[in-house]
Amino acid sequence: MADGKASSKVGSGQLTCDSVEIWSDEDYARATGLVQILDENGHADPARLPHLPSEKLIRLYQGMLGSRLLDEQLMPLQRQGRIGHYFEARGQEAGFIAGAEAIEKTDYFVQGLREGAAAVYRGLPLGKYLAQILGTAHDASRGRQMPCHVGAAAIHHISTSSCVASQIPHAVGIAWAAKIRKEPTVALGFFGDGATSEDDFHAGLNFAAVYQAPVVFVCQNNQWAISTPVAAQTRSETLAVKGLAYAVPSLRVDGNDVLAMYATIKAAVDAARAGHGPTFIEAVTYRLGAHSSADDPARYRDGHEDAIWQKRDPLLRFGRWLAERNILDSTAQAAARARITDAIRAAIAAEEAVGPPPTASLFEDVFARPTWLLEEQKAGLRNSG
Amino acid sequence: MPEMNIIQAINDCLRVEMQRDSRVVVLGEDVGNFGGVFRATVGLQQEFGPDRCMDTPLAENGIVGAAIGMALYGLRPVAEIQFADYVYPAFDQIVNELAKMRYRSGGEYSAPVVIRMPAGGGVRGGHYHSQSPEAVFIHTPGLQVVYPSTPADTKGLLASAIRGEDPVIFLEPKRLYRTAKGEVPAGDYTVPIGQARVVRRAAARSERSLTILAWGGMVPTALEAADKAAGMGYDIELIDLRTLLPFDIETIVQSVHKTGRAVIVHEAPRTCGFGAELAASIQERALLHLEAPILRVTGFDTPFPYTLESEYLPDRDRILDALEKVTTG
Ligand SMILES: Cc1ncc(C[n+]2csc(CCOP(=O)(O)OP(=O)(O)O)c2C)c(N)n1
Repeated sequence: MADGKASSKVGSGQLTCDSVEIWSDEDYARATGLVQILDENGHADPARLPHLPSEKLIRLYQGMLGSRLLDEQLMPLQRQGRIGHYFEARGQEAGFIAGAEAIEKTDYFVQGLREGAAAVYRGLPLGKYLAQILGTAHDASRGRQMPCHVGAAAIHHISTSSCVASQIPHAVGIAWAAKIRKEPTVALGFFGDGATSEDDFHAGLNFAAVYQAPVVFVCQNNQWAISTPVAAQTRSETLAVKGLAYAVPSLRVDGNDVLAMYATIKAAVDAARAGHGPTFIEAVTYRLGAHSSADDPARYRDGHEDAIWQKRDPLLRFGRWLAERNILDSTAQAAARARITDAIRAAIAAEEAVGPPPTASLFEDVFARPTWLLEEQKAGLRNSG
Repeated sequence: MPEMNIIQAINDCLRVEMQRDSRVVVLGEDVGNFGGVFRATVGLQQEFGPDRCMDTPLAENGIVGAAIGMALYGLRPVAEIQFADYVYPAFDQIVNELAKMRYRSGGEYSAPVVIRMPAGGGVRGGHYHSQSPEAVFIHTPGLQVVYPSTPADTKGLLASAIRGEDPVIFLEPKRLYRTAKGEVPAGDYTVPIGQARVVRRAAARSERSLTILAWGGMVPTALEAADKAAGMGYDIELIDLRTLLPFDIETIVQSVHKTGRAVIVHEAPRTCGFGAELAASIQERALLHLEAPILRVTGFDTPFPYTLESEYLPDRDRILDALEKVTTG
């Protein structure tokens, strides 16, 4: 967007840059406003609906519901000691399911902490997803990462690494490489509000802008980074405005409105693919649950806020709209809930029966071929079975 | 065979590898149009274009992080960090991302990124242009660490690093960049990662036989000491490790079996330096072949100094002192 705009004074020897317009009033308005199509009460402006056939709308709903139901079943599993930790996405499903829908199979989904269910939406078998969370022998990474760190090369999904914001330059590198190779791939990178304070966020946005990489950044501003509210994270007016300084087109969107999120991400992905460079989307949402299974949010936030956001629940809102429009009535929604619940329950039981990976698998995949050091350590295992 | 210095060998290697494989790209601060502050990438952008040799903004985490993404996508990035002292902004990307990509994905993804960086002292660079950080990377599972000392090894090992399947930290002894000269095979040339080079051979075990282990900028210093010692009646085997992870344990242990003594020379600080690992590995395998304790001649456990750098760095005489100690029992 700012391709030619920002460069005019570089090397000119002039001290002022009064005539260089990095962003316009409209750019600023987008970065401080709020895109919303479907309001809290489930009413949508028909003129602004994205072009999605009913079956896609139903799929979006089921994807969000699936993520919600995974959380509902897996959190208790952690409480029972059957999985080590868990990170819920409750309340934030609209953004990443919309993102998963808006990209192509060949595109890359680079997740932050809470977007794992997008992998299932994009085709990762539920059993494989649960294998990661349960750390079984079926897990692609053989139980090497803590739960909610699922990745899958077959669907171009990159796992989170725990290190906040570190995935942002990866998304940029993927997109930049695609541009170098002249391939139409787009990278979609997710992260939280806390991540916008990290160096990797700033380097990532800057690199993306400098190279006009086909990457779309989605910041899930769920208002909290563990106990730190976004107001203590930054003095910026919004998170989206941070993108403007890098000349990355930036928008603020109602992150609990799946239709707005889909329309915005889709437009950004299309623009990136067409060679117009990166976009930064701040999705305004809320973490309905705890930061993690080890966290107690009652220590740092009050129920009042929670009650406000419960009413803005993305699933309730979308469900209401689908029912009103007779796309998916409440009976069908209840049936979907029952069906997915059963499928998750059965898949958990099947995966739990698999058991852990063999101890010797510890030594695999450190390098393409193990070094003598690894061979020696493996041979020295007391029980190398 | 053409004669080259190390800078020319790097440049030659990058050119050959970029010609061989269109996936190879070079990125870093000032590496493009200008050709790098040490001139290692001169002419590459002109020859291969700005999509193959890329000037980046000044952000090491961005350079390494983006290189990881490129490698995930299938490119073979060679990133330059302008000085090893400036790698720390990228430390998280290297230790937590690059090194773990294969492991954490069960081999579904890998990140074959080569990170080149000028390292070590001897250039009057003070703290921030002199450090030799090999140990921190050797201590990170998932990284190979290479530290050559000759132009031919630099070319051959860099080529192997670029063609390999895994990330490589490629440390270049900046003080030898232009002083180390030698014949370098033209065109396609590789030296396998993981093999040491015996620079000088000992004849047999005697009261004055011993093995010196060195790498990078310390190899010429160790050779100078070995040459001098030879004139004093010592029988010395000098091994240039070349690859630090995985280090060539066979060559090392064979040599110690022969000579019965070992002195390890490195310029990085002593405590928890790579010398400690070598000493431990040698005694695990060759304690009963040893005639004397294994000694280390190293930089001190201080930040790298400016005015007193030649006091800080191991030199011929400090090495000679150690040789004397291990042979007078
Ligand atoms: C580099 C780094 N520092 C600290 C942590 C510990 N930590 C884990 S999640 C988190 C908060 C992240 O907040 P945000 O980016 O807003 O994402 P959210 O958890 O809200 O989804 C912190 C501090 C970490 N994982 N990585």
